Amino acid sequence: MGKITNQEVLDKIAAKFNEQVTVIGEPHSLLTVETGRDQIIDLLAFLKNDATLQFIFLTDITAIHYPEQEKPIGVIYHLHSLVNNVRIRVKVFLHDADVHIPTATVLWDGANWMERETYDFFGVVFDGHPDLRRILNVDDMTAFPMRKEFPLEDPNRVDKKDYFFGR
Amino acid sequence: MQNHPVFFDNDPQGELSTLNLGPTHPATHGVFQNVLQMDGERIVSGVSTIGYIHRAFEKIAEHRPFYQITPLTDRLNYCSSPINNMGWHMTVEKLAGITMPKRVDYMRVIIMELARIADHIICNGVLGVDTGAFTGFLYMMEYREEIYEIYEEICGSRLTTNIGRIGGFERNFNTIAFNKIRKFLKEFPPVLKEFENLFNRNRIFIDRTKGVAPVTAETALSYSWSGPLLRAAGIDYDVRAMEPYSSYEDFDFEIPVGENGDVYSRFLVRNEEMKQSLRIIEQALTKIEKEPADIFHADVPEFYLPPKEEVYNNMEALIYHFKIVMGEVETPVTDVYHAVEGANGELGFYLVNDGGRSPYRLHFRRPSFINYQMYAPMSQGMLLSDAIINMSSLNVIAGELDA
Repeated sequence: MGKITNQEVLDKIAAKFNEQVTVIGEPHSLLTVETGRDQIIDLLAFLKNDATLQFIFLTDITAIHYPEQEKPIGVIYHLHSLVNNVRIRVKVFLHDADVHIPTATVLWDGANWMERETYDFFGVVFDGHPDLRRILNVDDMTAFPMRKEFPLEDPNRVDKKDYFFGR
Repeated sequence: MQNHPVFFDNDPQGELSTLNLGPTHPATHGVFQNVLQMDGERIVSGVSTIGYIHRAFEKIAEHRPFYQITPLTDRLNYCSSPINNMGWHMTVEKLAGITMPKRVDYMRVIIMELARIADHIICNGVLGVDTGAFTGFLYMMEYREEIYEIYEEICGSRLTTNIGRIGGFERNFNTIAFNKIRKFLKEFPPVLKEFENLFNRNRIFIDRTKGVAPVTAETALSYSWSGPLLRAAGIDYDVRAMEPYSSYEDFDFEIPVGENGDVYSRFLVRNEEMKQSLRIIEQALTKIEKEPADIFHADVPEFYLPPKEEVYNNMEALIYHFKIVMGEVETPVTDVYHAVEGANGELGFYLVNDGGRSPYRLHFRRPSFINYQMYAPMSQGMLLSDAIINMSSLNVIAGELDA
């Protein structure tokens, strides 16, 4: 277990950001907070640079798509304080029409490819990113394949049609 | 094809030459492409192009029940698939709130540490090959084969193991498996010693590796490096010690740490880790003897696939089998992040569950992907031959890189 509790982390955040950061919960004792995209870099920088928190390790950046929600695209950051051995998860939800969020490459060099991957699969545009190109998919691709409306298989393919199998 | 990026625009006179290292180059051990701008033998700048074997595992996982995702994880880091398998099982168990009997934990520890050794054997052996010493590689590969035979004895397959199940193992380790593990524990340490004798103080090897591609702790952290690479740079971060899973807290082992993060210290860290893994396996074998010998899975019929004989002869087992296969088992609606110490770094599973048949979203935190992004920036100013060695020592596995 960590050297500081989730409550202490939360108190620190609340003292700085008031109601701009809301708590979602602590699933499996991993503190999860939500914030807006205007505060996200300030929040990440605070978590990283605060002398007691020291969330110096950016574990992961990824996204999630909830098509029914008003803000369907969620960007999810996992940070890890190696000093205190505490993890935190930060979520930011974005409108479908305006999928922009500031880049975290200003804080961690490692955010570069994580953000490229998130852009590649969800179409989240990280403003200020030095090289925001597709990374795993082909450059000519126009869709964002991890969004829920994108089918797993190409609907145009014919080689799996039933009549080929006598059905 | 006009969307293709222009790689270099810093050379209007055309004095530098562009070199395609990969996608299939014999020296890169996998599908890696790096477009390098060369000034003679020296790399001026480079761009990594990845994704050649991208298979959309995260998308496929959204359409599969939990137990069918294990074979997908096999194909991430295929040099140490058991660690991926176990990591996934433990993620689902964490989601469902299942605790394992101690014996299962220890069995998992044995398998995971064997996998770590197998992975490090390949990495360090190949590093030797790339510096011109084939002997060590051949000598060590024999013992990777022995590890694969242990896998075979336990689960029937070698490379993509699909070992274990959610809730335990599909069958108990048999006597032959235990004997093979003991034989390995006895025979491997002298070979490792000889391997070290061959390299550690070898003038040629040291000249080729020492001081090549040094990485400071700050840079390594900024690039989110983990695993042996981060430890070689001097940060003692190991998931096994920080957030013990699968009863790692019961074991006594050390975390080897390097000094300057160059190729040589990565090599040393990996060798030392193999020794620590052997220590852990030895302890696990002693601990396992004190546990009841017939336990190899937890008592969780809603998650653990029943044996086939029972499915055909027992009504309850048939019902559970049906429920598991059709994904009808109730699971809590929550987010889970579970990390295991993979052979080349922190392997994380971020699972978002909505209670449906398959994960709502599953993201793999793949250490190879995150470790590899420093490769092109750190190659600047390096000799091409050093860059090749550097890539070997990063131990990037294409399957994990591209997912």
